[in-house]
Amino acid sequence: MFACLHLPDFPVAAMMRLEPGLRRQPVAVVDGAPSLERVLAANEAARAAGVEPGMALLQAEALSGLKLRRHSLAQEAAAHAALLDAATAFSPRVEDAAADTVLLDLAGLGSLFGPPEKIARALAARCAALGLECRVAVAANPEAARHAARGFPGITVIAPGQETARLGPLPVDILEPPPEILETLDRWGVRTLRARAALPAVAVAERLGQAGVELQKLARGEGARVLRPVEPPLCFEETLELEHPVELLEPLAFVLSRLLEQLCARLAARALAASELRLTLGLEENVSSFTFQVSREPSQPETRNVKRETVHERQIRFPQPMLDGKLFLKLLQLDLQSHPPPAPVIKVTLTAEPAPPRPGQAGLFLPLAPEPEKLELMLARLGRVVGEKRLGAAELLDTHRPDAHRMNRFKVASPGSRVGTARNVKRETRNPHARLAFRRFRPPLPARVQARNGRPVSVFFRGARATVLDLAGPWHASGEWWTEQGWAREEWDVTLATAEGSASYRIYREGNAWFVKGEYD
Amino acid sequence: MTPALLRARLQAALGDRFPAALSPAARPAPELVSTGVAAVDALAGGLPRGALTEICGPASSGRTTLLLAALAEATRRQEACALVDAGDAFDPCSAAAAGVELARLLWVRCGDVSRFPTQPETRTVKRETFFLEQALRAADLLLQAGGFGVMALDLGDVPPALACRVPLTSWFRFRRAVERTPTVLLLLEQEPCARTCASLVLQLQNKQSAFSSQHSANPSLDPTHARLLRGLRLQVEVVHSRLRKLPRAAGIEFESCAAWAG
Repeated sequence: MFACLHLPDFPVAAMMRLEPGLRRQPVAVVDGAPSLERVLAANEAARAAGVEPGMALLQAEALSGLKLRRHSLAQEAAAHAALLDAATAFSPRVEDAAADTVLLDLAGLGSLFGPPEKIARALAARCAALGLECRVAVAANPEAARHAARGFPGITVIAPGQETARLGPLPVDILEPPPEILETLDRWGVRTLRARAALPAVAVAERLGQAGVELQKLARGEGARVLRPVEPPLCFEETLELEHPVELLEPLAFVLSRLLEQLCARLAARALAASELRLTLGLEENVSSFTFQVSREPSQPETRNVKRETVHERQIRFPQPMLDGKLFLKLLQLDLQSHPPPAPVIKVTLTAEPAPPRPGQAGLFLPLAPEPEKLELMLARLGRVVGEKRLGAAELLDTHRPDAHRMNRFKVASPGSRVGTARNVKRETRNPHARLAFRRFRPPLPARVQARNGRPVSVFFRGARATVLDLAGPWHASGEWWTEQGWAREEWDVTLATAEGSASYRIYREGNAWFVKGEYD
Repeated sequence: MTPALLRARLQAALGDRFPAALSPAARPAPELVSTGVAAVDALAGGLPRGALTEICGPASSGRTTLLLAALAEATRRQEACALVDAGDAFDPCSAAAAGVELARLLWVRCGDVSRFPTQPETRTVKRETFFLEQALRAADLLLQAGGFGVMALDLGDVPPALACRVPLTSWFRFRRAVERTPTVLLLLEQEPCARTCASLVLQLQNKQSAFSSQHSANPSLDPTHARLLRGLRLQVEVVHSRLRKLPRAAGIEFESCAAWAG
């Protein structure tokens, strides 16, 4: 058995995927150069209102209640990809028959999904989840399934042997015959497949040739051909061209929400998750200055002089593949709050990098760690509070330069792994005593030091003078003298008298200036 | 009829049939985890999970030593940990030497001067207050996300007068956030400020800084370059504990040892 998914009024259906609110309203898609725009396609409600493909834009605009949208090739490509995703969720043998039609082989799916009726319903439900109101037909051969899907609304299941009877009422032009044959048939008064199938085969061959015989077979539902399976590309991209430029984050979030919903549904249909999200915002040109408002409140406006950029690109990588539309939306919102676009947005493109989802079940006795989804959201929010570069996991650098470290993105380390540099591992030792800790002053505190016989006797910093009770040093340290960032210093450990008793510090001299590097605590 | 009388009558009538209906649920004793310092474990029993522990003391009193020891123990158990560093004073090198697995520690550095607002209307806000608020917000977010074995809030460089001005509701919120979770919430500061919200309050003090090679009668004549700071002799006291009854002013001394001293 074969199934066919067909999207009627494809340009309108592709547009409605991202605007489901228009589903029950008369909608037409227009295309063409300005002032020569014509209606390309219209939905059933619009046709009932009198809209016809090819109608001039001015005529269409005269009809009240009609919603007009611009033709978008990007949206059609996304709708076609979604159609393929819906089919691939059921069968690996999928034929890309046309932009609006997909065929799939149901052989062997009975044990997984049940009888053909159930598979057809599941296919329709899957398409609905992807925002596509598809016609679904199941028949014994691909051509019969295709003609049934193009001819009958809703779900059609044709039992083997019943093709001629079931396809009979359909008009003959559904076979897409050559125009001259169609004209001949029309002259003969043959307008349905039933009438076409009833014609004698030999007489048809004599008058219409081999093409007529092929059409005869198709009209009887006997067309037997091999399916031409394709491997649908793993390309998950959704685009929406906006009617009016968006200047606020809140309406942009609604648009992103719609795109993410579709993107997640498509990824779920292919049993995949996203390891990376790329957001590309098409910007309005010819804007001299602009204030992108993160919220409707007028506080802290961020006015920018617009450069000649036409797109604003953002990229969010996840440490583990994820599939949570709400989480993605929140992360994108937080990212756009930190990096707002420099001009009003007129086009939004969202791309997901697919990856196999992580295993759903973890071990029973795993050590404590935050959930990856919560962690990502929390890191994004923390980035808003303290700055993105000021949080993460520290990694020591293999240098003797003081305070040499870099911040890596924090991620939950897998149990049993000991992640770290060679220097980390070398220094990690378990000692029966507690290790003396050091607290750094960033930047080092400037100090005034009184010395006697070359030894510090009192240190003045933080507005107070303290007497040196005990000391050790000096130690000369230097490094990277071969670069511009070379450093050389003379370090001392001193114990100073304080109001509470005493406290130990490390001080150093660099040139003639003294600094307090930090305290031992 | 007063509520108390009504309650007494209901208890008398229903107490036999529903013994637990009117009495508050018994709170289980919190699980204690090691501080990483045997002496402190012996004194306080350890750090309670799902509760707030305060580690207080002045400069060089060993607060950070105890914090790093607790973080090292937690990362050794392969737990994820978080440190909100209000004063940007954390030293990764020192932490690695203490045994902290840095890849398991989320370090949140407050105190970025460039983020300090410069608008005229906020110029009056003190920098310390701004960074303290930043640290409290960061701690809030971390506690909401949950899943950390140890969550430490380092207010060691925040003036005590400012730390004490943090509303009690903030500490109460933090305590409620970790309640019934396995997170150890540590608060490092100069003086106790969480008051009744803390389950354990440890007060530390520096007794002596230990230097090596003190041979001669006149230390001022010793060659100072041949000496080393070997560590600190510290005293820890349990000021307040809800976990166990302790004798008044229970205290114990322990030593911290510098990495270069063996």
